[in-house]
Amino acid sequence: MEHYISLFVRSVFIENLALAFFIGMCTFLAVSKTVKTAIGLGVAVVFVQILAVPMNNLVYTYVLKPDALVQGIDLSFLGFITYIAVIAAIVQILEMILDKYFPALYNTLGIFLPLITVNCAIFAGVSFMVQREYDFAESVVYGFGSGLSWALALVLMAAIRERLKYSDVPAGLRGLGITFITAGLMAIAFMSFSGIQI
Amino acid sequence: MAAEEVLTSKEVFTRPFFKMNPIMLQVLGVCSSLAVTSSMQTALIMAISVSLVTACSSFLISCIRNWIPGAVRIIVQMTIIASLVIVVDQLLKAFSYDLSKQLSVYVGLIITNCIVMGRAEAFAMKYSPKLSFIDGLANGFGYGMVLLVVGTIREILGSGTWFGLTILPTVNNGGWYVPCGLLVMPPSAFFIIGLLIWALRAKFPDQDEPEEFKIQED
Repeated sequence: MEHYISLFVRSVFIENLALAFFIGMCTFLAVSKTVKTAIGLGVAVVFVQILAVPMNNLVYTYVLKPDALVQGIDLSFLGFITYIAVIAAIVQILEMILDKYFPALYNTLGIFLPLITVNCAIFAGVSFMVQREYDFAESVVYGFGSGLSWALALVLMAAIRERLKYSDVPAGLRGLGITFITAGLMAIAFMSFSGIQI
Repeated sequence: MAAEEVLTSKEVFTRPFFKMNPIMLQVLGVCSSLAVTSSMQTALIMAISVSLVTACSSFLISCIRNWIPGAVRIIVQMTIIASLVIVVDQLLKAFSYDLSKQLSVYVGLIITNCIVMGRAEAFAMKYSPKLSFIDGLANGFGYGMVLLVVGTIREILGSGTWFGLTILPTVNNGGWYVPCGLLVMPPSAFFIIGLLIWALRAKFPDQDEPEEFKIQED
């Protein structure tokens, strides 16, 4: 149990996808203008991540790993294309299920769901899971933790940018420039978590 | 399919460097630009890989653009891009295993790099294969340029070397330069890109973003 809690804390704070590995920066910068949309996208990412990472873990263990499908055949070079296909399929199915059974949630997340296929955060979560050779249980915890870490950074950033709107920023730095510098300061703040051990 | 505006190859090629730089203005492909720039070697390899993938994928997508059904175009584009990235990844693993280990997941992340997708969607779906190839290549170079600038600043000031060659002898090696530890750490890339954007916009003031909220002067 302790091992999983430690993995969770590490994936949320110390190895924060957005601020320590710069994953999903494009969306991070583009969708962090208001807290409300940031929360919508954040929830959608956590949702997809918690499904995609364990699912790809199964695909990797039982199909792609050397000797997994047929003795002596190593399919791991097909990794990228398989993960993307699995992620795209999950997003598509999730969209249909939400549309049918949870229309309210679907309307909130609606516009963000298709975007998530091309969000680096999901793909990076899957790649890190494969690279670090997590087992199934670990991959569930890691999927939740890493999705949450990205969502957390996104919402914090949006909250800062809502206030930043009212400050007098030099013309050339306005918008994108100051957002980068804010993200840098946030990344430094998150570095202080790096000593935490459970 | 007629192009909305006639673009010459030269225009297409020069545009992404300063006027429409993918990282600075279009905010595309920022993730990898921050992560791989702590040394020049990784930055250069990344720049070359992204340029090649963008150019080839734009070319291929533009070739088949009239046969791609609108509803599934993202999947088609993804498949083409993913196949190209697999080729790059395998080549890297075969010829420079150490570098491919250093780049770790970021090679795979070229697939979801917004530059590749963004150019495919915004340019290759509309223009001829030749122009698309040039556009892809130029956007890759515009991206690579930022990568190399950030990489140069970070490696020289952060560890006193450039492509592994000693430029500023550090104190640890008996020299005089005390390296700036912050520049080796990930957050510094944010600051450098933020300041680069400022510099670029000071040169081209038309790229300034409008004020969202007017501050009253009294």
